[in-house]
Amino acid sequence: MIGSGTVKLVGVVLVSHSERLAEGLAELVRELGGDQVPVIAAGGMDDGSLGTSYGRIEQAVREADRGAGVLLLGDLGSALLTVKTLLDEGVGDEPDRPGAVLADAPFVEGAVAAVVTASAGGDLQAVRAAAEEARLFRKL
Amino acid sequence: MRDKDGLDAALFVAWLTAAADAVAKEAPRLTELDSAIGDGDHGTNLKRGFAAVAAKLAQEPPATPGATLQLTGRQLISTVGGASGPLYGSVFRAAGKALGDAESADVPALAAAFAAGLEALARLGGASVGDKTMLDAFTPAVEALRAAAEDGLLPGQALDLAARAAEEGAQETAPLRARKGRASYLGERSEGHLDPGAVSTALLWRTLADAAA
Repeated sequence: MIGSGTVKLVGVVLVSHSERLAEGLAELVRELGGDQVPVIAAGGMDDGSLGTSYGRIEQAVREADRGAGVLLLGDLGSALLTVKTLLDEGVGDEPDRPGAVLADAPFVEGAVAAVVTASAGGDLQAVRAAAEEARLFRKL
Repeated sequence: MRDKDGLDAALFVAWLTAAADAVAKEAPRLTELDSAIGDGDHGTNLKRGFAAVAAKLAQEPPATPGATLQLTGRQLISTVGGASGPLYGSVFRAAGKALGDAESADVPALAAAFAAGLEALARLGGASVGDKTMLDAFTPAVEALRAAAEDGLLPGQALDLAARAAEEGAQETAPLRARKGRASYLGERSEGHLDPGAVSTALLWRTLADAAA
């Protein structure tokens, strides 16, 4: 728990089929966003195989939640379906404060935009908007 | 296990246990179909999921059909690991919720429950009939079950008609172009292949019909 008086930052959960992809992206965005933003990787299955694990995502949402809500980003199909199912179940719902939401965003660019915005103290809505706007960035 | 009008919890457990065996047996074929247009994990993923379902049901057999389907849904969501986990999981959970606490499910109740499952499937996956997905097998099965309920058929006959409709729907996915999932990246190259999700859906309906026969 962050001490009273400090701003609570939005957490970010990175959901990938691959444990290494999620961990690698988490490493990258932590570097870009400072270490204040809780960035949690939820990649792969418990046995180390490729896939998305409901339990790992659920645990990651819990770890990333510091009171300002959690933004989830997913890589492909089933990662997003699993997150949608989990949110339908009410995972991350909080009665009096922001809960957990899924961004419709590119995985890498969306994560960078989300973490940078969260590190500046942006609220959950701003962090989600930043992630979703990342799809408009041209690389060249 | 069943009276003439309705299926009880033991019959649902028998169905899902048989489904786990059928999925394990068909896993290589499902994976082969999925290797043609998907990521080749459908058989393996479903086999893992349904094995976990069968183990859980053997350990803690639920008291009602509704509880059996909800437990199945939760197990699939947490163990499958691919898109079919949340998709099938949502179907089973929604169908289980629709059955409520009833001791047994007759044909109208089954039709309503699987219609609720179908709605959950369509909402989560965002697919429509004709997109070359499990919906192409599931939708005709639910329609056949609804018609059977209106005609006052008993479960064995009604579920056989539903399974036939699912099997036909699955076969009819071959010429379609995929519009959802990994296969959709293939565009016209997805044509000429059966959709693995539609095939596994038909398999599940067939095992239910056999259990209720």
